[in-house]
Amino acid sequence: MNVAVAVYDVKQDAFAPDSEAAASKRVVVGFGFWVFLLSDIVMFSALFAAYAVLVHATAGSPAGPQLFNQVSVAIQTACLLASSYTCGLMSLAVSAQRRLDTYRFALITFALGAAFLALEIREFAGMIASGATPQTSAFLSAYFTVVGCHGLHVTAGLIWLAVMMAQVAIKGFRPSVDRRLLCFALFWHALDIIWVWLFTAVYLMGVLP
Amino acid sequence: MNLLGKLTWSAIPLDQPIIMGASGGVVLVIMAILGWVTLKGYVPYLWCEWITSVDHKRIGVMYIVLGLIMLLRGFADAIMMRSQQAIAAGGAQGYLPPEHFDQIFSAHGTIMIFFVAMPLVIGLMNFAVPLQLGIRDVAFPTLNSVSLWLTASGILLTNVSLAVGEFAKTGWVAYPPLSELQFSPGVGVDYYLWSLQISGIGTLLTGINFVTTILKIRAPGMSYMRMPVFCWTALASNLMIVAVFPILTATFAMLLLDRYLGFHFFTVDAGGNAMMYVNLFWMWGHPEVYILVLPAFGIFSEVAATFSGKPLFGYRSMVAATMAICVLSLTVWLHHFFTMGASANVNAVFGAASMIIGVPTGVKIFNWMFTMYGGRVRFSVPVLWTIGFMVTFVLGGLTGVLLAVPPVDWQVHNSAFLVAHFHHVIIPGVIFGVFAGYIYWFPKAFGFILDERWGRWAFWCWFIGFHVAFMPIYVVGLMGMTRRLQHYDVVSWQPWLVVAAAGVAVIFAGIVCQIVQLVVSIRQREKLRDLTGDPWNGRTLEWSTASPPPAWNFAVLPRVAERDAFWAHKVRAKHGQLAQAREYKSIEVPKNTLTGFVNAFFAVVIGFALIWHIWWMAALGALGAFVTFLAFAFREQEEVEIPAETIAQFDRAHPTEVAL
Repeated sequence: MNVAVAVYDVKQDAFAPDSEAAASKRVVVGFGFWVFLLSDIVMFSALFAAYAVLVHATAGSPAGPQLFNQVSVAIQTACLLASSYTCGLMSLAVSAQRRLDTYRFALITFALGAAFLALEIREFAGMIASGATPQTSAFLSAYFTVVGCHGLHVTAGLIWLAVMMAQVAIKGFRPSVDRRLLCFALFWHALDIIWVWLFTAVYLMGVLP
Repeated sequence: MNLLGKLTWSAIPLDQPIIMGASGGVVLVIMAILGWVTLKGYVPYLWCEWITSVDHKRIGVMYIVLGLIMLLRGFADAIMMRSQQAIAAGGAQGYLPPEHFDQIFSAHGTIMIFFVAMPLVIGLMNFAVPLQLGIRDVAFPTLNSVSLWLTASGILLTNVSLAVGEFAKTGWVAYPPLSELQFSPGVGVDYYLWSLQISGIGTLLTGINFVTTILKIRAPGMSYMRMPVFCWTALASNLMIVAVFPILTATFAMLLLDRYLGFHFFTVDAGGNAMMYVNLFWMWGHPEVYILVLPAFGIFSEVAATFSGKPLFGYRSMVAATMAICVLSLTVWLHHFFTMGASANVNAVFGAASMIIGVPTGVKIFNWMFTMYGGRVRFSVPVLWTIGFMVTFVLGGLTGVLLAVPPVDWQVHNSAFLVAHFHHVIIPGVIFGVFAGYIYWFPKAFGFILDERWGRWAFWCWFIGFHVAFMPIYVVGLMGMTRRLQHYDVVSWQPWLVVAAAGVAVIFAGIVCQIVQLVVSIRQREKLRDLTGDPWNGRTLEWSTASPPPAWNFAVLPRVAERDAFWAHKVRAKHGQLAQAREYKSIEVPKNTLTGFVNAFFAVVIGFALIWHIWWMAALGALGAFVTFLAFAFREQEEVEIPAETIAQFDRAHPTEVAL
């Protein structure tokens, strides 16, 4: 191997690391999960588009301003944003390999996520009890779908978090578990981003005069 | 409540001899194959080496087998439609009743796009891309196996609909309000939706896998502008999968909510908007055309360069054209429904955008021609498919430019002219490309080349048969024939449709030649054996390893210093600059897993249960899938190590022409 090739290889390794290297596997998994999150955001954007098309198709039944409870939604938002912060603290605890802190912050994250979900279910139940069901109008179909899809993601996140804590307990901090915790954190933050859009597009713009 | 939901004995169409005969035949063939495999004692081999395999080459081969089998099914549908239309003119009603004919054209489109073209293209990408990139596997091998088996699940559900219940009668696009519960109360649309939802998840996971692989894992020195063009087209195709398959998933989810829970996304009442479905569907559907055709363009590029003995002409412009098509394909979906009644300005914008796509495509055609120009072209079978494609596809593209003119489109919208047009681009563009790739990479996968003579016969039958079958369809389209007609009164169309049916018979002869080619080649495999690993004098890295390649692909990862890396190595070797002695290290490869297969089993259970409203079974299936997932997540050993000695032994036993 001549010198030129050797120099070139060093430069290229920054872009194309050997697949065996442990450090790069974390990058590959993280990157792949980002691509998944982007695809998930595309799916939400289709639901957002449907909501935007159908927002005025109320078919004579109640529209957003009569249905949305700003106080409840504000508390939901606070829960979810705070859970993102505690999820960040959990990530720090994981990278420091502190087991007790990991459990503690995971528990707080879980509780905040569950509180968010409980409030959302209460909101949905209230609307359905008052006769504003997803079968009533196209607007309500789209509303329940786009918000409910986010709620399903939060539910999946809670199950995932519980499984991950079991993994930490049984398998400890090993590279594969650390990578999965990294993906979980990305997922949880992405749900926050989607919620900010939902909050803006559905709940804030929905009550504009 | 009934324990089996909507499922009763009346779901099996015992009174329909054609359907019962076909499904009975399929069941017999499957039983015969299973019996033969069991008696011969191949089950452990198949289970350990194929079904649970996470090796991208094996997964690629299985995708291609799935695609080829489903090609036979989809082609059987085509034979039935063409023969029905050849006879059902004027007073004659033909042999297919309308409700059966409607299922046939819906199944034909669905199967050909989702279960033939997609598995074939994804299979070739699976097989070739990691080898071309000089790496040992894709980024997520287990996920790859999950993708394959989810695709197989969708295929299985679609085929079950033949014998149990019915398939959609809505056409392969399933437009509402026809596909809503009000107008399609049967299970046909549900079979369509759940099959495609399940296989769609598999496709999305493939997209994520390959985008990550191509962007993050390449051989040392393999910079973007040194990647083979097939890898570029695979990248473009998978980027589009990630960008548009979620739209299809969301759209189908909305239609499912309409059908199962009484939502009002696309219904005619309560404010639903059916045109929103059409928009969303084609926001996926048009890029899908390019998801299929771009990898085929990549195959043609590899074939043109290899068999001309020259580097590809205009590599950079080829890459630019590929990525331009990738972006532009997202901006033209409205040309599928100019008649929706959007304003003339909207139609003009989308019409112009559709024509602009012709520019990068034209760049590619010229690049292939200039690649061949001045080269020593070996007219082997892959080259025949390539030249056949170039001649045919240009004409098919031109009829597409005609359709991109909104006033013309208004005249021929949903006519047989449209049917002729899209077959005229998809068959040469995708199917010819896949066949070229199949012949081209077959020796790499199995260690022997396919018989040339039968390959030539197959090509000429397909090429001639295609033109005989579809040129008359243009004519009847211009004469006013609409698509999907079970019967027609205009007897002057009949001669053209008889000719079209004759063309299908010629294509059928081509398919028979392909089957004979495979059988003959397997029987004479010792004579056709290729020991060099490089039967075509190739240019890219897949030809630098043994055929078939070992599980680890490359004993030592190749170092890449230029485009057409393997060719450059061969040139250097000829000038006496030999590679250094190899130093073998042990290699970790991912462990085989039954996760993909078991997960797919539960996917079929869930899909079938949801189609027939058997809620307890759907819940059990979901539980099973979750437990499978947990078992995978908690497994102790994730990789197996192949010792350096094994690798060295294999390398000594399989000397390749040039050691890298």
